[in-house]
Amino acid sequence: MTEVVGRRAASTQAPPRPSATFGGIDGPTGDAPAGGPDFDAIHRSPEFTALRSRFRRFVFTLTGLFLAWYLGYVLLAAYAHEFMATKLVGSISVGLALGLGQFASTVLITAVYARWARRRVDPAVDVLHKRAEAGR
Amino acid sequence: MSVLAQGQVGDPVLNSVVFGAFVVITLYLVYRVGSRGSSTSDYYAAGGGLTGVQNGVALSGDFLSAASFLGVAGAIAIHGYDGFMYSIGYLVAWLINLLLVAELVRNTGRFTMGDVLAFRMRQRPVRAAAATSTLVISLFYMLAQMAGAGAVVALLLDVHTKGGQALVISVVGLIMIFYVLVGGMKGTTLVQIIKAVVLLLCVVLMTVFLLGKFGFSLSALLEQAAANNTKGEKILDPGVQYGATPISTLDFISLSIALILGAAGLPHVLMRFYTVPDARQARISVVWTVGMMTVFYGATLVIGYGASALVGSERILAATGRENAAAPLLAFEIGGTVLMGVVAAVAFATILAVVAGLTITASASFAHDVYANILRRGKADPVSEVRVARVTAIVIGILAILGGILANGQNVAFLVALAFAFAASANLSTLLYSLFWKRFNTTGTLWAMYGGLGSCLVLVFFSPVLSGAPTSILSGVDFHLFPLSNPGIISIPISFIAGYLGTVLSRDKADPAKAREMEVRALTGIGR
Repeated sequence: MTEVVGRRAASTQAPPRPSATFGGIDGPTGDAPAGGPDFDAIHRSPEFTALRSRFRRFVFTLTGLFLAWYLGYVLLAAYAHEFMATKLVGSISVGLALGLGQFASTVLITAVYARWARRRVDPAVDVLHKRAEAGR
Repeated sequence: MSVLAQGQVGDPVLNSVVFGAFVVITLYLVYRVGSRGSSTSDYYAAGGGLTGVQNGVALSGDFLSAASFLGVAGAIAIHGYDGFMYSIGYLVAWLINLLLVAELVRNTGRFTMGDVLAFRMRQRPVRAAAATSTLVISLFYMLAQMAGAGAVVALLLDVHTKGGQALVISVVGLIMIFYVLVGGMKGTTLVQIIKAVVLLLCVVLMTVFLLGKFGFSLSALLEQAAANNTKGEKILDPGVQYGATPISTLDFISLSIALILGAAGLPHVLMRFYTVPDARQARISVVWTVGMMTVFYGATLVIGYGASALVGSERILAATGRENAAAPLLAFEIGGTVLMGVVAAVAFATILAVVAGLTITASASFAHDVYANILRRGKADPVSEVRVARVTAIVIGILAILGGILANGQNVAFLVALAFAFAASANLSTLLYSLFWKRFNTTGTLWAMYGGLGSCLVLVFFSPVLSGAPTSILSGVDFHLFPLSNPGIISIPISFIAGYLGTVLSRDKADPAKAREMEVRALTGIGR
């Protein structure tokens, strides 16, 4: 591993064009040039750990919720035919309503996440960016 | 022609003209925006300069394949509710991309899925695995699209000889190669955006018209759909296609799981996240994609049942292309030859755009992961890397043409569902582990990828897909041992378990410094 990184580091020495080298692509870490961001320090900072746990708590909870709701729906469609066939209004059955409910919940979760990320993640990321630049 | 005799009119000349106009316009635009530069970033990722909205629309264009347009509408028209389950799976799947994948992948990679997976692992074996799974999945997906092209040709251009269809498949393939070579990612994106907008307009107009015809009462439309379907009222409820036996019910569950877990592992979807400048734009991309998907799949429900209501299941099944004919026949029913011509052109454009996206992904993975990082150990210069990518695109394009000609007439929908099962089994587990599990290491990555991919291939080989059922690819032999057509319910857990065991049992240690760096980068994008 180290030898691969070492070789790659050598190849980043003379980049003909920044966008075209591989130095920044796959070995961007150990061979980050001096003055690059101190990832360990950021990783230790309370701001980062708070952001990470907030992010994980939120997305894992939402993921668990929509997976459970989707799987529950699939199992109902697979095994509870009578229940799904119950008519609500005219020809609209429980099954169709639940299916459209999946559409609605998907849109809702997307909106909730986008709004949450804009308010709770983006500002925190901006703070970390500023500190990383100042710390160089 | 027998088609005409059945009153399934449609003017092949008009269809060709509309499609030809689409091709000429897009070819011109692709030529105008195409980067003739040799930068890898331009060729693979449109310089990372697309906006979230542009990329979101292009993602929809990349994702909405012919199978989801013609296939899902047809499945709803014939099987009713069970077809609707495809729509729901394809849509809900995007939540995984939104919540767990898009932004983090954008921040940790640059051009390919291999960039993310190899970030803190040993480069060469992991990139080899990533390239293998990318190529296998892209190839399966591409075969499905090209095989579908044959069916669409037969239906819409009235070409019924195998030779004639092969010729049209070749022309479609050559146009696609041209898009990719001249336009790179930017040109391909443009084709996908145009196609997505036209497709969406088309299905929305059809939906509004259909609902209007039934006094904007979905209930009335459903009643008519049931009345005109040989299966009657049953099509409004689950179980028509999959409810016959306990095994087929299990198959249905397996398919549903593969559908929602597969979208986040499709390499051509992942690669699109690199075309935007940052994670926020990646998030906006997915938000727009979800919006467009919701409208599109909502519309397929109405179009599918509408086809049953206005055309009737018997006429659909009697037509060339069978299920796939539902949407075009409906278009003819409500808008005459002109609307059918437009739908025909959109179906073609769909195949073209999706195959172009797959080709650029597969060629990028080969040039970037295999050539530049494995063969040249990261020392390839960008000019030769892009040259390798272009040559690979030509080779893959030719393979797609040949595969399409060979697979012409095969069962298309299962190939797409299989591609999803492959993606969910080989890629999703590794992506999630490497983004969220610090201890995950190289051995775990390899076990998860090859375990998922391998178990998928083996299960499919011994499944009724290949032999032993009336719909199998090989007729006359029966060596099937595994009862399900979709392996997802077994192979996805295998992949997760293999990744866990590989990590825990192996002696190689994850690199903790790199793991910390990856966490920081993934969440914040610092260091890009």
